[in-house]
Amino acid sequence: MYELRGLRKVFGDGSVAVDDISLTVGRGEHVAFIGPSGAGKTTLFRILNLTLRPTEGTLALDGREVAALSDAELRRARTRIGTIYQQQNLVGRLRVVHNVLAGNLGRWSTLTALSSLVRPHGAADAGRALARVGIPGKLYARTDELSGGQQQRVAIARVLVQDPDIILADEPVSSVDPSLAVTIVTLLRDLSHESRKTLLMNLHSVELALTYFPRIVGIRNGRVHFDLAPGKVSSELLAGLYAGHRDEEAQLERIQDGERLYGGACRPLAGFGQ
Amino acid sequence: MARDSTAAPADRSPASASKSAFPWIFTAAFAVSVALSLRAAQVDPRLLVESAALANVVKFVRGMFPPQLSREFLGLMLRPALETVQISVMGTAIAILIGVPLGLVATASLTWRGVLHERASRVGRWALGLVPYILSRAVLSVFRSIPEYVWAFMFVRAVGLGPFPGVLAIGVAYGGMLGKVYSEILDSVNPRPLETLQAAGASRLGVVLYGLVPQALPNVIAYTLYRWECAIRASAILGFVGAGGLGQQIELSMRMFQFDEVLTLLAILFVLVATVDFISARIRAWVA
Repeated sequence: MYELRGLRKVFGDGSVAVDDISLTVGRGEHVAFIGPSGAGKTTLFRILNLTLRPTEGTLALDGREVAALSDAELRRARTRIGTIYQQQNLVGRLRVVHNVLAGNLGRWSTLTALSSLVRPHGAADAGRALARVGIPGKLYARTDELSGGQQQRVAIARVLVQDPDIILADEPVSSVDPSLAVTIVTLLRDLSHESRKTLLMNLHSVELALTYFPRIVGIRNGRVHFDLAPGKVSSELLAGLYAGHRDEEAQLERIQDGERLYGGACRPLAGFGQ
Repeated sequence: MARDSTAAPADRSPASASKSAFPWIFTAAFAVSVALSLRAAQVDPRLLVESAALANVVKFVRGMFPPQLSREFLGLMLRPALETVQISVMGTAIAILIGVPLGLVATASLTWRGVLHERASRVGRWALGLVPYILSRAVLSVFRSIPEYVWAFMFVRAVGLGPFPGVLAIGVAYGGMLGKVYSEILDSVNPRPLETLQAAGASRLGVVLYGLVPQALPNVIAYTLYRWECAIRASAILGFVGAGGLGQQIELSMRMFQFDEVLTLLAILFVLVATVDFISARIRAWVA
């Protein structure tokens, strides 16, 4: 599905966000990306959802190089990728139904898009999507009146309406409490499993990543530090991944001390003293 | 997980943390300019309490009471009062007609910068974006930097006395202000929802309709209503140069030393302004 060869992204101010990343992701795969903040995970995801162009290297989607796509092809490719962000990125003043139906903008004509703002076009679909993410009945609420967790569900409902082949979730649970975090991660996993979507998720929590994903990619300083099954991710590897990043090291120590932030929802990690 | 929120802002630019000397320099410059202006503007409170001045004030205030409330006078003033409202409504309408197109072109995110122009060529950006952008900013700037009073003076010369020059003056001067502020509102919306829509494959128009417009519209409406409030006041002033409405009546009564009529006219103006304030506050609360 995705083929990355030597990706590098240097921003205008000269900072190197992504240094050299090569990896392949197959159709229907579920992959978690972990690593310290500032490692380049978010930049990588913005390259993967085709909104940021790499400075060097190539990105191929289903064998077609993204840099060679025409405007129309680029738009079509984007409709196949659904992104869920750390912040919800919804328009707070719009009603939930419009934010959810915005998932259709890739296939709607301008006229349909405009008329839907007056009279929602396919409100039933939006209602079904909301029911699947567990907040039925919020269809006509104003989006900024919902809680952070509910807004994150609206963002997921929008991606369901978009019905992409790939779901990219960039730290989707970093602003919600632990129990909701587990709910949202499992929801995304199950939804993409049902419809055989590829799921790529950036996660701050090592426990969530290692519990719910069959493939773990560790990113450090814009490079792939490791790319392994969760069983092979040792405490030494993790210590190396987060070395020098105090907050994340504290997370490892907490796990080491046997503290279970997610209760029984995450299995004990291999290689950590219990 | 809770640590995340504290970790994220740490990699922001360090410059914001360093203490700036700007507030001090600004305060000092402000104090000096006030001190200099005090002399240059010939501010002299003693003039207010000089006996001749006081006598004039007393005469003026005495003359106001009792206000002129005869049925005949009030009946005569109905038309100018209505005219003032009509000048403000038509003036604001023309200001919107001028402000919307120029304001849209003067919006950087619509003409040359940001997510809508990711694939524009360098030449395209300059010729179709930046050049019209700068031109419309310049036009808006000229429109609003000339006071409506001066515009009215010129339009009275051009189209003669009456409400029409007042309408034109408000339309042009406020069109310049509306366009400038519209462009600022549109450029200050949160760009993240726009990027999100674009990432999902929305067309440019789709991004504008579902990201830009809903974020900006309440502020655009609120500011337009605020300008309408100002237009009511302005249309009274414009009457002084012969552009109709209550202002012209105030000026006439002043010149005839009919201060009782002046007080009545000011009261009518006050009621008009208060009513418009009330209506616009209600609408703004509704769209917010």
